[in-house]
Amino acid sequence: MTPFAYRRAQDVDDAVRLGLAPGAHFLGGGTNLIDLAKGGVVQPLLLVDVSRLPLADVVETADGGVRIGAMARNADVANHPLVRTRHPLLSQALLAGASPQLRNMATVGGNLLQRTRCPYFYDTGFEHCNKRAPGSGCGAVDGINRNHAILGASPACIATHPSDMCVALAALRASVRVRGLRGDRVIPMADFHRLPGDAPQRDTTLAAGELIVGVDLPPDGFAGHAHYLKVRDRASYAFALVSVAAALDLRGGVIQDAALALGGVAHKPWRRPEAEARLAGREPTDAVFGEAADLLLLGARPASQNGFKVTLARRAIVRALQTARAQA
Amino acid sequence: MSIDSPAARATRRGFLQSAGALAGTPLIAGHAQAAQPVPEAPPSAPPAALTLRINGQDHALHVEPRVTLLDALRDNLGLTGTKKGCDRGQCGACTVIVNGRRINACLSLAMQHDGDEITTVEGIGQPGRLHPLQAAFIAEDAFQCGYCTPGQICSGVALLDEARRGDCSAVTPDVRRQGATPLGDDEIRERMSGNLCRCGAYANIVRAVRIVARQEGVA
Repeated sequence: MTPFAYRRAQDVDDAVRLGLAPGAHFLGGGTNLIDLAKGGVVQPLLLVDVSRLPLADVVETADGGVRIGAMARNADVANHPLVRTRHPLLSQALLAGASPQLRNMATVGGNLLQRTRCPYFYDTGFEHCNKRAPGSGCGAVDGINRNHAILGASPACIATHPSDMCVALAALRASVRVRGLRGDRVIPMADFHRLPGDAPQRDTTLAAGELIVGVDLPPDGFAGHAHYLKVRDRASYAFALVSVAAALDLRGGVIQDAALALGGVAHKPWRRPEAEARLAGREPTDAVFGEAADLLLLGARPASQNGFKVTLARRAIVRALQTARAQA
Repeated sequence: MSIDSPAARATRRGFLQSAGALAGTPLIAGHAQAAQPVPEAPPSAPPAALTLRINGQDHALHVEPRVTLLDALRDNLGLTGTKKGCDRGQCGACTVIVNGRRINACLSLAMQHDGDEITTVEGIGQPGRLHPLQAAFIAEDAFQCGYCTPGQICSGVALLDEARRGDCSAVTPDVRRQGATPLGDDEIRERMSGNLCRCGAYANIVRAVRIVARQEGVA
């Protein structure tokens, strides 16, 4: 690690002020940032420790939704009774990620800002990575790209977003609350992460110095029928090749509403409201699930080594919806 | 001499430490003789004071911000029971318990833990009075080289507390159902997945955890 200064933020506004310093990074659980700093991928000049800010609560909101503090640890959110009973999709997604030790460290805010696990980004021995060194090219486009994006990629970057939590948050139509110098704002999950375009160095739409203070989940948590399916190279403790957050509001044998998003396939959690709309008002048959899957995967363009992901994703979507349907 | 005799451990460690110091000397001299221009080190932040409460005892120390909790334990405090495996949060050898939660000490800065209550393997059982999980690891042959064992033990001890509390895992059939989850082998495997064992003692590690979970009424 290159040398950096360390400051513990006294409160949220103090953090926002410190976060505007050149080379400043917010430090939550450290599970990704310290790893990146050790590899020289990130060379912070100042770490602003926000992990002890009083933003770790999980509470019910007036409208019946759930508000999660940005510093709540992944393990605590996954095991919180409100989340387990009302938003089980989020519990399942969180538990599918990382290891128990890492989930005890990782914060919700940090997980939203998790960087890609593309090896060309992570290994500074590779010269070409537009995300790490803008304008240097993309090593993955013509390189080892089995784990890379099939949707929404650009010639500049085919990296995927690695988080499981974010896939569930996208499906559940959560929103991210942030604070900056100019006050507070709320960003819907759909707008929080970006597609790479020609600026893959930017993962999110956050402005400089903005601090994530929490995540809001709407009242409808799809508690009755929810399944997070993660397909990976080993049974545990691995990033997704493809993951699916699928949930159904199923009443009277008809789908009233559906939540559907994919992980491991794009630069951000992949959700298309049209795919969910295709399910609404229909009977939950395998054929209907297949239609939604095809719509969600429309325009998929695999790289040289990950063509399998298109078939895998389609089957995983159908299976996740079938599993959700079968729940009592 | 039994393997958990303090004298045996102290001798072996003392030997390794002095051997390391001897081996280091000529290397440094050789480097100087090569007359390579030594790049000026970038300025590092000054050490800051912090207190760690480790195994029930307060330790005051001064560390530079880059020092991880793992390095502070091993290098500053001489608590070498906690192991450095990958140093990148992938193997679990550095697992310690902080404020009742197991974490990877390699991905955490020491500065982040000022005032925290830390349990390392040195604080779990003592020679002659082993923790039930340590005894089970020996009885079930749950290690070969032993390098991952301190992390496995810390992880397993925390796992039992999590299960008592009713925490669920990725293989728990229905997260909506509250209450204790039976700790079958699938649950134990999933909950121990953050600790790698290159010797492949996994089958016996799972058995050791299962036996203690049953003994203590967790399973």
